[in-house]
Formats: sequence, structure tokens, C-alpha cells
Amino acid sequence: MVIKSFEDLKRLKEEAKALTGIRAGQGVEIIVGMGTCGIAAGAREVMSAILEELNKRELSDVRVTQTGCIGMCEKEVLVDVVRPGEKRITYGNVQPQDVSRIFSSHVINGQIVEDIVVAKLD
Amino acid sequence: MQLYRGHVLVCGGTGCVSSGSKKIQEVMANELTKQNLDKEIKLVETGCHGFCEMGPIVIVYPEGTFYCQVQVDDIAEIVSEHLLKGRIVQRLLFKAPVTEEQVPSYKDIAFYKKQHRVVLRNCGHIDPEHIQEYIAREGYEGLAKVLTTMTPQQVVDEMKKSGLRGRGGGGFPTGLKWEFASKSPGPKKYIICNADEGDPGAFMDRSVLEGDPHSLLEGMLIGAYAIGADEGYIYVRAEYPLAIKRLKVAIAQAEELGLLGDNIMGTEFSCQLHIKEGAGAFVCGEETALMASIEGSRGMPNPRPPFPAVKGLWEKPSNINNVETYANVPVIFLNGADQFATLGTEKSKGTKVFALTGKLRNTGLAEVPMGIALREIIFEIGGGIMDDKKFKAVQIGGPSGGCIPEQHLDTPVDYDSLIALGAMMGSGGLVVMDETSCMVDVARFFLNFTQKESCGKCTPCREGTKRMLEILQKICDGKGVPEDITTLETLGAVIKNTALCGLGQTAPNPVLATLRYFRHEYEAHINDKKCPAGVCSALLEYKIVADNCKGCGACARVCPAGAITGEKKEPHEIDTSKCIKCGSCIEKCKFNAIVKG
Amino acid sequence: MANVTLTINGQKVTVPSGIMVLEAAEMCGYSVPTFCHEKDLTAPGACRICVVEIKGWRNLPPSCVTAVAKGMEVETESPKVIEARKTILELMVANHPLDCMTCEKSGSCKLQDYAYRYQVTSPTPYEGEKKQFAVDDSNPYIYRDPNKCILCGKCVAICKAVADRNVIDYAFRGFNTKIATFMDTELKDSACVYCNRCVSICPVGALSDRNMMGKGRTWDFTREEVTCTFCDSGCKFDVNYKNGKVVGVTAKNPSAGRPLCLKGRLGTEFMKNADRTDLPLINKDGEFVEVSWEEALGIAPIVEKINALKK
Repeated sequence: MVIKSFEDLKRLKEEAKALTGIRAGQGVEIIVGMGTCGIAAGAREVMSAILEELNKRELSDVRVTQTGCIGMCEKEVLVDVVRPGEKRITYGNVQPQDVSRIFSSHVINGQIVEDIVVAKLD
Repeated sequence: MQLYRGHVLVCGGTGCVSSGSKKIQEVMANELTKQNLDKEIKLVETGCHGFCEMGPIVIVYPEGTFYCQVQVDDIAEIVSEHLLKGRIVQRLLFKAPVTEEQVPSYKDIAFYKKQHRVVLRNCGHIDPEHIQEYIAREGYEGLAKVLTTMTPQQVVDEMKKSGLRGRGGGGFPTGLKWEFASKSPGPKKYIICNADEGDPGAFMDRSVLEGDPHSLLEGMLIGAYAIGADEGYIYVRAEYPLAIKRLKVAIAQAEELGLLGDNIMGTEFSCQLHIKEGAGAFVCGEETALMASIEGSRGMPNPRPPFPAVKGLWEKPSNINNVETYANVPVIFLNGADQFATLGTEKSKGTKVFALTGKLRNTGLAEVPMGIALREIIFEIGGGIMDDKKFKAVQIGGPSGGCIPEQHLDTPVDYDSLIALGAMMGSGGLVVMDETSCMVDVARFFLNFTQKESCGKCTPCREGTKRMLEILQKICDGKGVPEDITTLETLGAVIKNTALCGLGQTAPNPVLATLRYFRHEYEAHINDKKCPAGVCSALLEYKIVADNCKGCGACARVCPAGAITGEKKEPHEIDTSKCIKCGSCIEKCKFNAIVKG
Repeated sequence: MANVTLTINGQKVTVPSGIMVLEAAEMCGYSVPTFCHEKDLTAPGACRICVVEIKGWRNLPPSCVTAVAKGMEVETESPKVIEARKTILELMVANHPLDCMTCEKSGSCKLQDYAYRYQVTSPTPYEGEKKQFAVDDSNPYIYRDPNKCILCGKCVAICKAVADRNVIDYAFRGFNTKIATFMDTELKDSACVYCNRCVSICPVGALSDRNMMGKGRTWDFTREEVTCTFCDSGCKFDVNYKNGKVVGVTAKNPSAGRPLCLKGRLGTEFMKNADRTDLPLINKDGEFVEVSWEEALGIAPIVEKINALKK
């Protein structure tokens, strides 16, 4: 590709942002419980589903991090979603098939998926 | 495009490469594949972070966790604990020097927290070999703005408004320099970058070249457009092989995207850039010598005028700036001159990168706004003096600079205040010295450097610095006479007044500045035959304190000159006529029974 | 060309614009010392002996490369200038063999002249290490003593001015700087053709004409300018006479025009050649035999007849 105008450059920049977006530290954060309990409950599969979703939707500014055991092992897999300036919502017993609706309603549109929520923290 | 949940940035700067970061990358890649994480975690090689002392450096995003002095054996743990389970490997975090507190995030380390990174904005954050990463961080937008909305005159005016001054040492206003070159008539002009960084200890230019080469290219292209040049040279010292490699990659990538070469971004503006490798002469950092070297002659300065803006490379109007100066340019045009000018002092705008070295707890590159106090740089960013010793002086401005003592540490740092103190900004080398540094010895060290690097063309520099060096050597050897100080001062003044180029004219500075603030140390060497800092070996005597000596004989065994004798379990003695003052005995003694002075 | 007015040593002078302060000062009759300056050939500003003081300037600029400007106030012999020149000379003298008693250049040496003019005495305040380079006596034409060299660079410039030569240049750095051939070989192993232009321009005793060495002091010689007749080029040179006898040839300082070739410079040697004949030779039966001029010119019968008539 050859850049022929300012607009070309801007387009390339938007594409390129996907490469480095997560280093900026902004946007929605998704935290997956990756303690031994989490992994045993299928956290790796949930993680894979999240990444698949990210790629499908081309969400370059969503940060996916992990955390250890927080002591609610029976509710694993635990997934937290933090939208900037909003409450930290913890979902429990998350299955890979739940990931898609967490994304479509909460991550993107801010609508909490109430039926799988286990906690809301400030 | 593949999205990753995490990025592992391994520093690939020269410092970290020499402490083993290539192996780290390799092992990390294997480990990621082994743990099935290679589709989730991206491995990125970056440029220098300027904290080479702590290398190899590994940063994990999105958390921004800063791991330092990472060894190959640590990789498996980082992958299985941090990348898989999200548990930070505490023992690899940076430890704050005084509080011993572990600092998990890059942003929170005192060394970085106090900095304001403009020039180094991308260093360590992007993969320098991928132009997309530079573009993602507003790269080439400044150039796009210039080419599509501004006339060359407007670019020059904006540059003048920014107040940017040459970062190579002279501090000449960049906008004015561009204006001279733009007003010089002629169809052929050159834009040149001085990347012949040679001050001992200074490596900010290397850091930009290795970590963010596109910012230099963009700066040069904006300059080329302003002055009307269609060709340019980057003069890099051959001792920077990684910088040269990255520059070559950057030039090829920019050409491929139409950001360099003919009809840049679809406009009428065309510019070619070439790399010229320097052969290692310090004096080639002087602009006329640099141009002579590009032309294929011996790198020797020529008298100015004519200035390069009038008659430069191949007698064509040329503009020369250094790497740090050009790296500032894209930011000025991206955010506007006014925004840029909010940083700094009235006459020195923006930031300056300093290379902190010497007896400091934290050494490395520190970019700070102009006008910050030296004390803040040394004691907050630099973490203060190593081993709780007492601060004595800071040598600033490279071999042509001067030493600034404690009483002036609160002076706001800018071009003019440093000159007033008998030092200079130079390229930004900052060597901190404590009570164990001898100022005569320091002056001798720097003068030895300039003498060896003198091109030999003009008499005062070639012959004069040699004689000053001989006098300093004599003083350090305890053979100084009182007249030596006057001789140094008169000879220094003549060299300053009559030498051909900047190298010669500033060569006496280290001597004159130390004489200004530390004359008593010279006098102690000459009159009392003592070196107060205990450095000059000819003026030292080693003695055994009988009360502390247990007669273990360790010193006698290690002494290469057989100067120490004594009965077992009885205090030993040093025969000073045999002693060669190597210091081995002091190192060996467990009872602090040997003193020098 | 427009003129500019400036002040030199308190005297208001009007000179053509664009000329250097050095020329302006010389036009007014002031003598400014120079080592490296050679009009039409060099402008290196290297030796710094020609520095002057200009009011309002930070440094002492070298007059040879500083152009005159309107209103300039120049001092060519102020105390500051004298101090600087004396120091520079002392630095040169401190690194010089000082064997003026036997030096070929003695009497026409600029270093000697200026040392006298500025009262530089030995030992200078700057005694220390001296250069210890090997002398190049590898060829019969040019004798090079790098220890006497003050690195003015005129030899380099004049050599560069000849097409295809460029035999010598600066080499090494700092105190070890010297003028060297490619790969620092002796002259005999270089591309030098011994045109001796460098010898003619050297201000000190670093370069000597091997052929003239030991044949007399410079003040013993009388000189006569002649044109070389060995070929059609017509180079000019000086013939040096001592006690009425030719001792050697000095090439003219050829900043423009051709250098005098080896043949021209060594032509005087034929004058004293023992094999030199006063009579012509002609080929008789495959052998050259000495004959009279009459016979050689084929006028022997006529001369004979004239002689007969005279009787």
C-alpha cells in the first residue's frame, strides 16, 4: 500500500492502533480468574472464547488481564468487566458460550448481563 | 489482523542486547509456544528504554509490569505465573533504591515518574522495525499536516515560534537555522542529520535511532520541506551498528509506504535520505568536519563563514541538526508550537534528555523539562549518590563542559544558566561525582579525551591541549609547581580565543571550570602534595594501623611487590619504598587496618 | 566591486568589499604573520598565527579567513594579539628540534623570523614531549623531516592542486597528527613524482631539496630567474649561484601554472658532467667520432677556402 493522502495515513493509523492499543491502558478491562480453581473450572476455554470474540469484533482497545484466586472458587470461572468510570461487574460460572452476550450487551453497549452477575463493586 | 490479549516487550537496545536480551526473546518465544500462548500473547522487540543498567528489561502489557535484570531462567516463571495466571513475579520487579519497595508498574518508578518524555516518547513502547507501530502513535501526522496545509515559510515561522534550540550542544535556535537555509538561493539543497554522537557516556541519540527511527526521518522530512531540500544524509557513527540497521529498515519501510522518496504522500514534495557511516572521529560531530567526511575527505573542520546554510555539503546550502533536535520536530507540528513552548524556560523551550552516569543510584536516560533544578535530576530521578557518599560535583556537557558544585545545584537548567556557571548543555552528558572523585584527575580525563580526538589542524588545539594535559599529569604525579596554575589559565584562555572549531575552543573548559570551583584541590596537590579525594596514587601512602591489624598476613600474601612484612599475629608494616600503591591490600584486609592518605 | 570602510589600528581605511582582513591590513602596510595562508591556494585558517582583535568579537579571529565588514575595528598588534601569537609560537617551538644551526631553511624560515619578532626564547613555558617521527631520506630529491613540520598544510594543498597527484594528506589525530603519504609509506613508495612544489612552499625546514642540501646557506646564494628550455612548456625557475657557480634550481612557487619537472630541476647537473663534450659528434662508419664544428656543419671546404684567401 502507498499512502497518497492525509486520509490514507489516518486510515492506516486506525488499523495500526489495533497493534498497540492495549499498551495505552484505556478502554474496557476484562479480568479472568486464572487461579488453579479457575483453570480447573475451564478458565482457559473462557479466555480463548474472549480472545476469539475480540478478534471477531476487532476490539483493539479492550484489555484482557488475569487474576488469581479471589476465594469464590465455587463460582469459577469468574470474569470481571470494568468499563471506564463504571462499577466493576463480576460474572460467575461463566461458560464459553456466555462470552458472546457479555460482549454484545455489556462490553459494547454497557447493558449488564444480570442473570450471571455475582457481584457489583465500586 | 490478529488481536492479542497481551504484549511482552523485550528491550532490543544495545545495552540490553549486551546483557543477553536476544536469548531472552528466543527462550520467551519457545516458552509461549510450549504453553499454547503464542496466539494470545505477542512478543515485541523494542528500542532502548534508557535504563540500561537494569537490563535486560521486559515489560508486560496491558498491566505495564516492568521486569528488570531478567535472566533466561526467569522466563518460564514469567510465562506460567504472569502470562498464564496473571500473578506478577514479585522478585523481578524494580526495587526503589532507598525504600527497597518493589515497584510493579513502569509509570510508577521514580526514575521514569519525574520524567517528561517528548523526544523519547516512543522509545521502549513501540517496535522500531514496524512502521505501523509508529503510525499508530500519530507518526507522520505532523509531516502530513505540513505537506497538506502549510507553506515552507509557515513551517519556518512555526519552528521559530516553538523556540526549539539545537540539542547538539550549541543551542542555536533551530527555526532561525532553517530560515537561513531556506533563504539561501539554489535549486539543490541538503538536509543533514548529525548522528555522530561521541561524548563519553551520552547515548540519547542512539536511543532514538534504535528505538524510534521514524521520528528522526519525519523530523528531517519536515526540515527538508521547510528549506527546500530534496536529498539528505544521516551521518551515523559506525560504532552504532544496531542504529544503522534500524535506520535502514525504517527508510525502506517509509519508502514502501510512500512517506519517503518521490511525491511523498501524493504531494509534489520529494526527498531521498541516505545513511553515511562515520569512521569514529569525535571531531566529525563538528558540522564542517562532518560535511567534509560525507564528501570523502578527512574529517577536519573548516573556518566559518561560509556557514553550511550558505555553502555546505558539496558547496550547496545545507541544514544540519542533531538527532534529538529532529526528534522534537514531529511533536511540534502535531500539537503546535504553542503547546510545545509551554514546557521549559523563557529562552530554552521543551525538554532535554540527559544521560545520567557516575556515582548515582539510578543511571540512564532522563528526559526532563528545561528549567528543572539539577538537584531534582540527581537526587530524585537519579536516586541520589551511591553508598550514601557526599555529593561533590556534577560534570555536565561532555568533554567540553564544566563541573558544577553543590552550591549551584538549585539553578534551573537551561542553555544560558549553564554557560553562566562555566559549563554548557552540550549533548546532555551528566556525570555525577562524589567525595571520592579528584577534580584534577577528572579534568585530566576529559582533556586526555579531547587531545586524543583533536584533528590536529590548528596549533592551539593540537599543541596547547597536549601541554595542558602534561601539566595536569605533572600535578597528579606530585611534581606540580605553583606557577602551573597560572600557566594552565593563560594557555587555556589562548586556546579558547584562538582555536579553529568548537572542539578546540571548549577543550580547556574542564580545566578552567574545575579551577574556578575547586582551586583548593589543585593547590593541595601542588603545595601539600596531597590528593584530598585519595585518587592520585603518586600522592598517596598506604599505612597499616597497628591497633587494628591482627597479623593475619592476608595483605602480605596478596601484595605483588613484597612490600608488606611482619610476624604472624603481630601488626604488619608496609615498606613505602617498595609499595606500588595498587590497593590490593586494602581490598583484602578484613579489619580495616590499612589506610591510604 | 563596492568598497567598505573599516578601521585598522586606529586608521580609517577603504578597501574593496569581500577581501580578507589580512589583505586589507597588508594594503595598509601592516605586516601580519602567516604560516598556512597562500593566496589563491589555501584558506584553511589552520595555524592561527594571523589572529587579530576585532572590537566586539568573542574570540580572536584569524585574519586570513575573516572578511572585512563595514565599521570593523581591527587591531593587528594589540597586547591580546601579541600574547596569543607568542603563545602559539611558543607551542610550535616547544615541539621543534631547534637545530637551526644546521637547518637548510635557516635564514628563510618563517618560524625563525616570527620567533625573533615576538621574542620567543627557549625553553618555552610549555616544554614536554616532542615529536619523534622517522626522517624520510628515501629518495634523492625531497628530504622530509616531519619533526620540523608545523602542520600548516600548504604542501597538502599544493599537491592536491596538481591533477592526479594528491600524494600527501593529514594522518593520525591529536599530538600524533602528521603529514603522510597513503598508508604512511616513504615518498619513494608513493605516487610522488618529485615536482618539489611542496618544497618550494614549505615555510619551515620540514621539506628540503635534497639536491641543494649542504651546498650553502640561503644568504650565500644569488638567484636568477630563467625559463626552462628542456621542452616547450617554458616553466620558470630560479637558478641559485654561489660564488658565481650554479649550485641548483628552485622551482618557482607555482600556485598557478605548471610545476617544473624533474628534468628541468636537475638540468644543472649536466653542466658539471665530466663526459660532457664541447665538440660535435658525427656518425662515421657506424661510430660517433668527435669532429670540428666546421666539419659537423658541412662548411669545412668553405672555411678552408676563406682561410686560404686570408693568407
